[in-house]
Amino acid sequence: MAEQTISLQYPIDGNNFTIAGQASSNIKKVLKQLGIAPEIIRKAAISMYEGEINTIIHGKGGEADVTITSDTITIVFRDKGPGIPDIAKAMQAGFSTATDEARELGFGAGMGLPNMKKYSDELSIESEVGHGTTVTLVIRLR
Amino acid sequence: MTVQEFIEKNNLEIISQGDLGQEITGCYIGDLLSLAMSRVEAGQVWMTVQGNVNIAAVAALTDPSCILLVEGRTADATAVQKAREQEVTVLKTDLPAYEAACLLFEQNQCK
Repeated sequence: MAEQTISLQYPIDGNNFTIAGQASSNIKKVLKQLGIAPEIIRKAAISMYEGEINTIIHGKGGEADVTITSDTITIVFRDKGPGIPDIAKAMQAGFSTATDEARELGFGAGMGLPNMKKYSDELSIESEVGHGTTVTLVIRLR
Repeated sequence: MTVQEFIEKNNLEIISQGDLGQEITGCYIGDLLSLAMSRVEAGQVWMTVQGNVNIAAVAALTDPSCILLVEGRTADATAVQKAREQEVTVLKTDLPAYEAACLLFEQNQCK
């Protein structure tokens, strides 16, 4: 890949579980076309999917911005949801505030943010209660 | 063993057909999508009771050779449509996951 930057933007509908996975599946295709290594694609796809799900379940919708350079994949999820009162707690594996509806669909295992941390090289969360949350993750390509 | 052979040996019902010539490399059993997401490896059979549309999304990202719905569970219409679009093979059996996995283990070892 030359020194070019690819920017992609995905709107994410709130509470629409049926569209979850569209953005991640698209990212997977793009990265495949760029010849990115399969283990990196897996990291990006898992992180992207978990972020989509979080934005749908907790953020009431928002958007994801993906920037791909020759060195990194950066994904930023922005929502205008209720915010996270205790980020440390939200990062604990198994902790979840997902609704019963989400749980019945197989979500709410409390693995979303922990998976995003596990499958990315940098993760940062900015959140203000009542205003929303921005999650930024970086996956290094080399 | 290919997915096709797995289907024939165990009389599995095909709900959505992808590439049935794929070799089966193993098995993951689980219904929590975040766990499946991080655990299912390419080529495995993913056994679950979840039949909603999100199984197609997880499969499209993790590339199992097929999804096997166990315990007589079935996939809803949106899930079937999505799986077909993504060319994800979805199969169905009345067996519990443990029994289906034992059969797979025996048969795949024999090959």
